[in-house]
Amino acid sequence: MKVVKHALPSVDGKGLMMGRPAYTDDLADPNSLIVKVLRSPHAYAKIVKIDTSKAEALEGVEIVLTYKDFDRRPHTRAGQGFPEPSPYDKFVLDQWVRYIGDETACVAAVDEKTAEAALKLIEIEWDILEPILDFETALDNEILIHPEPEIFENFPIGFDPKRNLAAAYSMEVGNVEDSLKECDVVLEAQFYTQAQAHAAMEPHTVNARMDYQNRLVLYTSTQAPFHIRRIVSQSLDFPMSRIRVIKPRVGGGFGGKQHIHGELLVSTVTIKTGKPAKMVYTRKEVFESSFQRHPMRLDIKLGAMKDGTLKAINCHILSDTGAYGEHALTVFMVAGAKVLPLYNKVDSVKFYGDVVYTNHTSAGAYRGYGAIQGNFAIESAIDMLCEKLGADPIEFREKNMMLKDETSPIFAIMGEGTEGTAMNMESCELGYCVSRGQELLKWKEKYPRVELADSKVRGVGMAIAMQGSGIPYIDMASATVKLNDDGFYNLLVGATDIGQGSDTVLAQIAAEALETTLDKIIVYSSDSDLTPFDTGAYASSTTYVSGNAVFKAAMDMKRAIVKEGALALGVKFEDIEYDGVVLKAGDKEITLKALSNRLYYSEDQKQLMITNSYFGTKSPPPFMAGFAEVEIDTETGEIKIVEYVSVVDCGTPINLSLAKGQVEGGIVQGIGMAVYEEVLYTKKGKSINNNFLNYHIPTRKEINKLTTEFAESYEESGPFGAKSVGEIGIDTPPAAIANAVYNAVGVRIQTLPITPEKILAGILANKAKK
Amino acid sequence: MKVNVKVNGQNKVFNIEPGDYLLDTLRKENYLSVKKGCDNSSCGVCTVLFDGKPIKSCSLLTAKIEGHEVITVEGIQKEADKLSDYFGAEGADQCGYCTPGMALSVYALKEENSNPSDEEIKEYLTGNLCRCTGYQSQHIAIRNYLEDK
Amino acid sequence: MKINGYQTVKSLEEAYNLLNENKQNAIVAGGAWMRLSSKVIETAIDLSGLELDQIVETKDTFEIGAMATLRQVEKQEGLKELYNGVLSKALSKIMGVPIRNVATIGGSIIGKYSFSDVLTPLVVMNVELEFYKKGIISLEDFLVSKDRSKDILVKVVIKKEEAKAYFHKMQKTGLDFAVVNVAISKKADTFKIAVGARPSLVKFALEAMAFVNGAKEVTEEVILKTADIAGKELKFGTNSKASEEYRRNIAMAYIKRGLREVIK
Repeated sequence: MKVVKHALPSVDGKGLMMGRPAYTDDLADPNSLIVKVLRSPHAYAKIVKIDTSKAEALEGVEIVLTYKDFDRRPHTRAGQGFPEPSPYDKFVLDQWVRYIGDETACVAAVDEKTAEAALKLIEIEWDILEPILDFETALDNEILIHPEPEIFENFPIGFDPKRNLAAAYSMEVGNVEDSLKECDVVLEAQFYTQAQAHAAMEPHTVNARMDYQNRLVLYTSTQAPFHIRRIVSQSLDFPMSRIRVIKPRVGGGFGGKQHIHGELLVSTVTIKTGKPAKMVYTRKEVFESSFQRHPMRLDIKLGAMKDGTLKAINCHILSDTGAYGEHALTVFMVAGAKVLPLYNKVDSVKFYGDVVYTNHTSAGAYRGYGAIQGNFAIESAIDMLCEKLGADPIEFREKNMMLKDETSPIFAIMGEGTEGTAMNMESCELGYCVSRGQELLKWKEKYPRVELADSKVRGVGMAIAMQGSGIPYIDMASATVKLNDDGFYNLLVGATDIGQGSDTVLAQIAAEALETTLDKIIVYSSDSDLTPFDTGAYASSTTYVSGNAVFKAAMDMKRAIVKEGALALGVKFEDIEYDGVVLKAGDKEITLKALSNRLYYSEDQKQLMITNSYFGTKSPPPFMAGFAEVEIDTETGEIKIVEYVSVVDCGTPINLSLAKGQVEGGIVQGIGMAVYEEVLYTKKGKSINNNFLNYHIPTRKEINKLTTEFAESYEESGPFGAKSVGEIGIDTPPAAIANAVYNAVGVRIQTLPITPEKILAGILANKAKK
Repeated sequence: MKVNVKVNGQNKVFNIEPGDYLLDTLRKENYLSVKKGCDNSSCGVCTVLFDGKPIKSCSLLTAKIEGHEVITVEGIQKEADKLSDYFGAEGADQCGYCTPGMALSVYALKEENSNPSDEEIKEYLTGNLCRCTGYQSQHIAIRNYLEDK
Repeated sequence: MKINGYQTVKSLEEAYNLLNENKQNAIVAGGAWMRLSSKVIETAIDLSGLELDQIVETKDTFEIGAMATLRQVEKQEGLKELYNGVLSKALSKIMGVPIRNVATIGGSIIGKYSFSDVLTPLVVMNVELEFYKKGIISLEDFLVSKDRSKDILVKVVIKKEEAKAYFHKMQKTGLDFAVVNVAISKKADTFKIAVGARPSLVKFALEAMAFVNGAKEVTEEVILKTADIAGKELKFGTNSKASEEYRRNIAMAYIKRGLREVIK
């Protein structure tokens, strides 16, 4: 392959580093009204009276919006396919506020200072209600977070607001209880995972204007522009035909931008005033008033035989969706669906649990999407079980894990909010990943620990993981290829580049299929007026689902070119030989350049422009093995990640350096979740660490050595053999690091993050026991 | 109040309020390469050079720049162009939102210390956060740029 | 932070008068952390015209102008060797170069920030502060002083001494404030031990200092005992960063390590 499987520079990196205006706020109308939101100071309260007259009277204030300005039309802010598997439990503005930071009212004014001054002039009389802040007490609590009658589920997802239940699910293969009774060894363990913030560098940003056709044009930093168009239309009762959504460059998403943010309020301001308007979240708003990862409690039971055969898995999860139920069911289900099939040889497996409402910031989509939580619990528990069995944790995994051409019954049972899809693993190099990772880390020399001088100990640990590639039978993507004179192409895709490099990867797929070079493919993405539909950048779908659409459209274009070439040369279609540059038939030939000029200006004149779509019927999982080496200071508990080795099977990596970037970026975000990051609240539900001074994402000082390799693997159903690679990297660090810490100092951390303080407490407790 | 300042080699007079911060002033004056990220000098996407030294423009009062010189990435286009080749080769740019600030920090580092150790590079750039790349590819790109490989 | 007016002054006298004219007038040093505060400043006073950013090395001292940036101090030749470079080392751990290019030594001292990585190393050195009206006050006295009258810090004077020192900051990531920081100095046979970010303001471990300074020889046993005393006498607290117990444990660990280092 000439373009695919090479490390080519991204199509946009240079212009962005050189500072060219490209992001949402760079493209705002300079005369935009500034939109600011008054946010709830209470975790749970009802507005008894709201007086906006003083704010409205302030010079420079254009409009003030409260719940009285909106119909009670519930929607979900989750950017998912329609009908969404998330409850319709949110109103644009509501008389009730359900977490500190919730939207209470909104002001648009000529500048930021005026807008902020106006917010202070809004007078509210509150009925302050008692909140639920501990998710373990939410279910069947007498306090109801969503008592309103209008809310509903689109189809059965276990939604029961009278029990504070956003979603619930259960499934069982075989009979776990019976299997566990037959097991020689049973392990029971409980794990907790924390809320993690997405922390994309670009805050949520949106601006709106009415164009000369009196249509609403939204520029927004989003992962799902077509869903945004639909939700704006739905919830504001504004004709979809009069909405255009443009997604400019996006400064990072990680799932955080797979939701509605300011779009509804900014659109309302522009529709009502006719004036351009914009909103840029403050970092505090990004932390407090956007979304975060679902905190979970995971209860795991594993049963095995003395010979090292895993027989049964029982997994119960309680998940905290916060004030609203975006992605409540699906994130919870992925915690099972994209973890449990790793151990596909068990007799029985049970997965069940509840997703509850609390009065915290909403949880939502976040890279890993439940799999990271499930992986931490299962992959920690496997090591704990191995210790009980006296088994080697790697040999145990090799014996029990998924291999090529195998399957798991879970694929057919569990989808994302619906039934799943049966599939065999036509590509799975997990075995290679595990053995190569050991070599790269020198596992055998280092396992389980090496003692250094000065109270330092090093330990190694590992975990395996899988993810998916899009959502089968739900996700659809499409692409349009247009041939220009001079023989270059436009590639128009609905797919959403959020910094992961999908514009580059999709252009590479088109270039490879059309046998041309990357500079001949001009890619334009995510403009609801100009580009064909795509569900958006989520569920690890772009390379596989959108990539397949691009591949199909490009192959169609190549056939169309050959057809036109045959016409031009006066030969039969079958007689043409075409190498992407010259069309030949015997001694006759015409270059693509000449042919394209002919089509524009001289004979058989027409525009070649072809659209094709891809609708996935399976979701081939990428796999990986992650190996961590940690160094622990036994007197202070301080932890250093010495090295992290990743060996990944993502099928064909379309762009070697960008695929590596996806893995390493995921690894470091996973290291953040494992060791450094945690959204903290006061006892009253107020965020404590709503800035980068107190919420610690890893800096470059924490990253010592990342070793990343790809397994040779080819997925027949993917474009040029590709599977996804966007999320898989984030899944293993929590478990691999927890296992490494245990191997180093004998301290088993079951509640994330793995802080020095917890490690030291464990070391001291072990000493006290001796 | 008015402040006189040289931006990217050009003399400018900005009309500002006493409490304005440099980031907001620069964006208002159409220097759109300077990004807004955190407002409290932790993320580094608003980095500019102030008399040649990298600072965070979100936390510097515009009034303080009177008589001084400010450089944004628009003012070091040649160097940014070159550095971006190294970033591109390593796949180190992903979303790109942090890269103009990064380019300015790297440029200042090179001016200050043309042969820094790995630790010195990390130390100099600690305040330029990136959530996309995991840092290692950036580090390799920066090292190659400094060594002119 | 709201700022209603801005004045660049031409003399310290002008600055002093302006400062005391209105309760809400204040000096803006680097202003690196101003945005975190919700205070209202009537007139912000800018001293940058007064050349207070010079660092002068004399025979016995380093005289650092209050407006010198942390980065200037960190990079100052000579200071990099004093007390085996403990101040440079401590400053180099603060946030990142762009912040240290703005934050000033004066602003870092005058704020008496409890998390300060500037005060902890300075306090184990021999440091005097020169104010415009109040004159010279030792850093030690300044830290415990209850005097709230407004004055202008002009200079920070560090005495050159033959001494060894140690500094360690426990932080979670490179951008983190200290969870605890420890500084130790040894001049001739006299030790000073200071612990900051407990999470309150830096303090000497006076009993521990008395013990170690009274010991005939600083053996491993004495070191362990000293750390133990310090752990008992100093007050630690709990906040979202760490618990009281954890802070005590790591302070003791680093006091031990620091003592071992300075007696080498």
